[in-house]
Amino acid sequence: MENFDVIVIGGGPAGLSAAISAAQVGMKTVVIERGDYPGTKNVMGGILYTKATDMVVPEFWKEAPLERPIIEQRIAMLNGDESIMAAYRDPAWASEPYNAHSILRVKFDRWLALQAEKAGVMIITETLVENLLYKGDNVVGVRTGRAEGDLGAKVVILAEGVNNFLAVKAGLAKPLKAESVAITVKEIIALPKETIEDRFCLDEGQGATIELYGDSTAGMMGVGFIYTNKDSISIGVGAILAPLIHNNWTPNDLLEYLKSKPYVKRLLHGGETKEYLSHLIPEGGYTQVPKLHRQGLLVVGDTAMLMNSLNREGSNLAMISGKIAGEVAAESIKADDVSDQAMMVYETRLRDSFVLKDLHHYRHMGKFFENNPHLLRAYPKIFSNAVKLYLTADGTPKKERQKEIMKMVLQNRSIGGLTKDIYGAWRALL
Amino acid sequence: MKLDDKLFLVRFNTDKLSHIKITNPDICLKQCQDKPCTRFCPAHVYDWDEEEKRISVGYEGCLECGTCLIGCPYGNIDWKYPRGGFGVSWKNG
Repeated sequence: MENFDVIVIGGGPAGLSAAISAAQVGMKTVVIERGDYPGTKNVMGGILYTKATDMVVPEFWKEAPLERPIIEQRIAMLNGDESIMAAYRDPAWASEPYNAHSILRVKFDRWLALQAEKAGVMIITETLVENLLYKGDNVVGVRTGRAEGDLGAKVVILAEGVNNFLAVKAGLAKPLKAESVAITVKEIIALPKETIEDRFCLDEGQGATIELYGDSTAGMMGVGFIYTNKDSISIGVGAILAPLIHNNWTPNDLLEYLKSKPYVKRLLHGGETKEYLSHLIPEGGYTQVPKLHRQGLLVVGDTAMLMNSLNREGSNLAMISGKIAGEVAAESIKADDVSDQAMMVYETRLRDSFVLKDLHHYRHMGKFFENNPHLLRAYPKIFSNAVKLYLTADGTPKKERQKEIMKMVLQNRSIGGLTKDIYGAWRALL
Repeated sequence: MKLDDKLFLVRFNTDKLSHIKITNPDICLKQCQDKPCTRFCPAHVYDWDEEEKRISVGYEGCLECGTCLIGCPYGNIDWKYPRGGFGVSWKNG
């Protein structure tokens, strides 16, 4: 049996970041990936955050295959064919130090894996890890699907993604629930560069994002998204699985529903679909974060449920968790102590970072939305009606119009209901 | 655009062995009323075969999201990852 210092299970951003940080301090490190090469099994929306990535590969933007730097972020609220939009735009985000880029994961993850190899990481592809190996309570390696496929390690880092098979087997996580995952489908739609830039009002090379709430998911808890790539658009929609099943939607019908919205349709017009993808997003938040360590084992990225859906941040949480895990693994190995207590340093550092601080800050959010399924139905309608009344010039005196708006609001939601929602939102989000 | 046309765009390294099993077909037949797996799977891998009175599983077209494992109300779908190197192979991701 071949032995390593660190075995990383899974070649996504979390796993590769872990491998890079361990190998950089001299650990004999291997990444085991089930795809043809890192990237071919990996899906996200996909926005990559500069700061976190820079901490793993300094000045990555000079070489990495990125799509467009994001200079504008729009939020839309849909009600039938109506929409309300807000946008923040800063062209300065098109140059260093940047804030975020759109990426396509097959290209980006492959590049990140190459950086790992440059740091000395060995990457084994087309190999599925089926089990962890134990000696007593200690995790001491992995069993792969290959013949004579056992590999030994002082520390195993679990970056298997949202489908947490091994974390469940190791007794760290519970099986996922339909209330705490979002089923997300996405299409890559090809369009000429100039068309994308014209439609999104961008200078050459710049990018934009749009998140769409409300009727984008037929009022179910979830979000639609549109991201500009170099010569394609990523459009997708994610909804919490439980309400999707309850309302008898198919994911593809929901995506087609979003694509049929007049505003969206115009943005995509004439484009050619190149790929259709699906993925689960861990939406459990702080309360669903599994146990993050045991003797000889650390859990990172989506497997650890590290996802802040309100701010659409996931890849950065994954990469920072991976980086910290790689460092803690190396320090523990050098100190010849990979006990659960030594591994706990990983959790402590994660708690000191924005990763667990942010999840903790939003810890009431999941339950708040789960218990108030009316929010994404009632409020887009109320806001749309209000703005429409306000902007309609039909000779009604404004004082009367304002009364009319108040009346409409109260017809849709009682004062008690409004108060409860505002208090709930304040408690969940601030 | 129809789902079948979209799935046609996806690249697969198809395994001879299925990575999906219905644990107990009797549950689909006798207990499960509305067969939600025929809707929630984004690739429509699951279909009710009226002649054979069972769920047919088109594992070849599985996009490996894992929704079925969580969504089946009876926990009756034994879904695993395909063997290493097999299954979906994204072009863009």
